[in-house]
Amino acid sequence: MSAAPILETCGLTCRFGGVTAVDNVDLIIAEGELRCLIGPNGAGKSTLFKCMTRQLRATSGDILLRGQSVVGSHPHQIARMGVAIKNQIASVYSGLSVRENIWVAGRRLHRGEHLERSVTAILNEIGFAEPSRFNLKVDALSHAHRQWVELGMLLATNPIVALLDEPAAGMTRDEMLKTIKLIRRLNESATIIVVEHDLEFISLLAKRVTVLHRGAILLEDSMANVARNPLVREIYLGKQWQAKQ
Amino acid sequence: MRGAWIALSARYGTALLLVVLAAVGPFLLSQFNLLQLSSFAAMGLATLGLALAWGYVGILSFGHAAFFGLGAYAYAIAAINFGDSTLAILLAVLLPAAFALLLGHFLFFGRVGDVYLAVITLCVTLILFSFMNSTADPWYRIGAATLGGFNGIDAVPPLNWPGKPDASLLPADMFRLCFVALAVTYYLIGRLLRSDAGRILIAIRENELRSELVGYDVRLYKLFAFVVSAAVAGLGGCLFTANNGYVGPTVFDINQASEFLLWVIAGGLGTLAGPMIASFAFQYLQTFLGTNQVLNTPLVFGAIIIFFVLLVPRGILPSLRDAANVLVSMVRVVRARFRAEQLTERRT
Repeated sequence: MSAAPILETCGLTCRFGGVTAVDNVDLIIAEGELRCLIGPNGAGKSTLFKCMTRQLRATSGDILLRGQSVVGSHPHQIARMGVAIKNQIASVYSGLSVRENIWVAGRRLHRGEHLERSVTAILNEIGFAEPSRFNLKVDALSHAHRQWVELGMLLATNPIVALLDEPAAGMTRDEMLKTIKLIRRLNESATIIVVEHDLEFISLLAKRVTVLHRGAILLEDSMANVARNPLVREIYLGKQWQAKQ
Repeated sequence: MRGAWIALSARYGTALLLVVLAAVGPFLLSQFNLLQLSSFAAMGLATLGLALAWGYVGILSFGHAAFFGLGAYAYAIAAINFGDSTLAILLAVLLPAAFALLLGHFLFFGRVGDVYLAVITLCVTLILFSFMNSTADPWYRIGAATLGGFNGIDAVPPLNWPGKPDASLLPADMFRLCFVALAVTYYLIGRLLRSDAGRILIAIRENELRSELVGYDVRLYKLFAFVVSAAVAGLGGCLFTANNGYVGPTVFDINQASEFLLWVIAGGLGTLAGPMIASFAFQYLQTFLGTNQVLNTPLVFGAIIIFFVLLVPRGILPSLRDAANVLVSMVRVVRARFRAEQLTERRT
């Protein structure tokens, strides 16, 4: 793994009126890394992702992709620079078939025969039990299948950085394991930052974990150390409150 | 195999039907009916433009009356000045397209929301209406054409054969032209929608945010669709005026603006043939009720709108399609049951 940062935020801050959702965050992600971002509800994880892809405008601070600032670029330009995102709420083309979903994502890079081949390859990758389901509208699919379609769309755009917001939320264990397989596949060519709450998922996947709390970075360490950290236990479980009882 | 045939006939069938109508219509119909149907076809053309923008790309625009009207006025003014219609047709397409480019630039690049887009386009249309209404003073003239305020522009020359200003198109020729124009536009818009760019446009309607995050410049795609649909509406306005020999500010009024929307929603969002059929049906109904004077026309139309919103919210064509699908699957079930019975009978 090379140490050069592929993505870097410098003093990134995002305020909504009086609320500071993201507070002076300095995050450095090395090329090829698979970083996990955890934190209780309202810690600012999703807001951080949205600032990075400019779905929200950061109040101040800078975001560097391979040393170049992306602040001021439009969302579609950031996407074209190679940053792909899966939002917390699955964002797919519900009225189109699975195949069409992947096609639209792949069309940005490929044309003609090349495109058809890459669409077929990705469909095999997300591998539904029955191939006939690829012609179903995404509307008709289960929650997990829709998440996989979205991951497939991310694969199709061949990103250098993929931001995944709760890709395994609400999945059964088997579905979660398949999601991990897909994320590992994505990680072969892309650096990944993933937000999750499922501790098993995180310990299976990530080497380094960053903990966000009230918009700021609390600590950054291996999963084992993070899980042992009393401060993390406190903010997740509310130890003080328990002690008072 | 059968599926492919159905797809092919759906793709070309409607366009072919229109061409056939263009060919045989003049032999079957009276002069009056020819004129009337040409006028319906011109309106149908403008409806196709809105069916593209609203039905496929999700741009709810009240502005198609504005584009239709601009096309109509541009043709009238240019034809009166030039005495030849060829360049006038071109202007009637280009002016609304240029206007849509300017308006769309503010709407899409300014990130105006869907509801505001509807309101702004309606306002633009009504501003044009009140402007045209207040041009009664002879001072308002462009070359030889006086705008004429509420009275509009009379004696607009009909279309003529290219390069021969004296050889005007007869009603039969005009009828043929209108229907062929409708068929060609229908085919070309369908083709655009099946192209890669068209599939991306439909994806933008399905989920704008996702399209943006995949890396498409949504604003440009929407602007493109908006301009194309305005150009089509302008062509409709041009043919309408050339056929009627008259244009007035009512092309910009709220009735006209909402009629296009009514036809598209009644025909079905996300289809082209539906809005086209609906535009013909509704225009026929309107003239029928208007000449019969048995029922109050606005009353009937109000009832029809309520009927569609409550009972056929998806429009004629999608609902028919659903009904056909249900019928086909019912036939399949019955057939399968029949075969199963035969098999058990044979065994026993």
